[in-house]
Amino acid sequence: MNLRPDPTFHATPKLAMEAPAETLAFTLMLSADGSQPDGLAVIDVDPKSGTYGQIVHQLIMPNKGDEFHHFGWNACSSALSPLTGHAFLERRYLIVPGIRSSRIYVIDVKEPLKAKIHKIIEPEEVFAKTGYSRPHTIHCGPEGIYVSTLGGGGADGTDGPPGIFIMDCESFDILGRYEMDRGQQDKHYDFWWNLPRDYMVSSEWGLPPQFENGLVAEDLLSNKYGHKIHFWNLRERRNVQTIDLGENHQMALEIRPAHDPAKDYGFCGVVVDTTNLQGAIFTWWRKADGTFEARKTITIDPRPEKAENLPPLLQGFEAVPPLVTDIDLSLDDKYLYVACWGLGEMHQYDVSDPMKPKLAGKVEIGGIARGAKHPNGKPFAFGPQMVEISRDGKRVYWTNSLYSTWDNQFYPDDDGGQMVMANVGANGGLELDKDFYIEFPKGYRSHQIRLEGGDCSTDSFCYPSV
Amino acid sequence: MGWPLAVSAALMDRTRGSLYRALLALAVGHLLAMVAVLFPFSVLLFLAEWQRAIQTGAAVLLIGLGTYLIFNRRHPRFLARVPPSRLALWSFLAAMAHGAGLMLVPIYLGICRTVETDAGHAAASDLMAGNVGIASLVAVVHTLAMTLSGGLFAVGVYHWLGLRFLTKSWFNLDLVWASSLVLVGVISLLVIH
Repeated sequence: MNLRPDPTFHATPKLAMEAPAETLAFTLMLSADGSQPDGLAVIDVDPKSGTYGQIVHQLIMPNKGDEFHHFGWNACSSALSPLTGHAFLERRYLIVPGIRSSRIYVIDVKEPLKAKIHKIIEPEEVFAKTGYSRPHTIHCGPEGIYVSTLGGGGADGTDGPPGIFIMDCESFDILGRYEMDRGQQDKHYDFWWNLPRDYMVSSEWGLPPQFENGLVAEDLLSNKYGHKIHFWNLRERRNVQTIDLGENHQMALEIRPAHDPAKDYGFCGVVVDTTNLQGAIFTWWRKADGTFEARKTITIDPRPEKAENLPPLLQGFEAVPPLVTDIDLSLDDKYLYVACWGLGEMHQYDVSDPMKPKLAGKVEIGGIARGAKHPNGKPFAFGPQMVEISRDGKRVYWTNSLYSTWDNQFYPDDDGGQMVMANVGANGGLELDKDFYIEFPKGYRSHQIRLEGGDCSTDSFCYPSV
Repeated sequence: MGWPLAVSAALMDRTRGSLYRALLALAVGHLLAMVAVLFPFSVLLFLAEWQRAIQTGAAVLLIGLGTYLIFNRRHPRFLARVPPSRLALWSFLAAMAHGAGLMLVPIYLGICRTVETDAGHAAASDLMAGNVGIASLVAVVHTLAMTLSGGLFAVGVYHWLGLRFLTKSWFNLDLVWASSLVLVGVISLLVIH
């Protein structure tokens, strides 16, 4: 407990943008074949530092086979709501779940170069206390730390639906399930919310048998992956509305609400439209009567490609689907970054008008049957994937791995982990930084990035920017 | 207590009226919490010959709560379940959880004692009415003072200081508050005996 609110907590997104720039990044490293334990890399992102662009510390876990994916902080700007009474927490611990093992690590990064494991929650405890498995997205909110899961109970995670559980934000004890009435929700992926307006939005990927051993083509072509988004009364823990984006819109993944809580809209990325292989972004918004609506506002076309250049999975289509796997919104709610992991492109859309996004910038790197190199001449395995934006919106970082078994299906010849950074132009536009290129140690791929002091996919704000 | 919620409400609704509506809701909730604690004591005072015992009991209760809050510094999680639209309820529960009503009890009992020096002669019904009246007065004065000070912060931040002031001015007073509960309890014990 601090005597003053943590200096990295900000009342509004605007104040967060004005805060000092990040000097460190935390990136998850995963051993795709499970032969080594996964780890956390601490990366120097301070251009004034002598070790800029280098991994300055690695914390390797004591177990193998966790498969690190997403992670989050124990506390963020949401703590500044007097309703919750958490204003004096420290932003100090990273909550890192293994989506294959269901084990959760709490890592103390108070001294980032001496990052250490504070607590390990074993899978059995997660199963016993929640009936869920395969923990994924982390957000700190009113009742503590919320963790979304991808699986229900049982060995293959199909015994009951997946959902969200809550952890105590100080002791890190698992408190139990979040949902009181889940309505139609039977799959899960991401979630986020608008705290003052008291609603939450969640999305769907697929059940564990649909992803753990790779993408199941028959399930995809018969539209059996998730295609709905769910709206919840956050504090009543009740699903109040489900919107079906259409069953051809397979895998509705990242949910990105506007950061300014006075704005009642947000975005959701859809990996692939099975009718035409397009990637899509939906804009969802809350109407005056409190109900929600969603409309497709961005489509990204596939690229025709000769079958012989394609992995077996795609040969029948003779095209490279964009595969929109991650999206991220800058803190001023102006630019939406869309990772096209299949094409090997990072798109920047101006979403000042959320119903009419305009492509403002684009970078090509990696990609199926393209393998565009970094401007420094080095290779970039797979395509742009997990993306994170600096608080001030000037730098965009991303890594390259989607999920171990899926990497192998879509990019059978690639391996390796890289993290790159692009600079954002004063009036939009995106350009890769020649001098920032992280190669992860051999055998490791890289996934989500967290920036010291919070970033554009961690912090939730309780006060509007004025 | 809770004045940043009034700032948030006004900014979210983009109207200054929401600031005052929120302050009013917070005040009503707080007042109800004061009344809920003070009124039972005013009824207890009907047992005039037990007055000293009641005062001692109240002081011990206060010391007990203060001590509990010193050692248990965790915030009650049920407060986080209250939706932001129910500010009066939140204010009531927050005041209860922090023992704000209990804090007033020794002061209230002290006032009653000075007023009723010849309480023995008064009719029981007058005594009751008088006690309830004083309880209401104490609750109202306290709530007004709290709302005025919180309101000044809220209006100041909303109109001039900006939200940066919120994080700058916010101190963790949990320990100070818990200690002051103990202190008031001890002082009232000393005064009684």
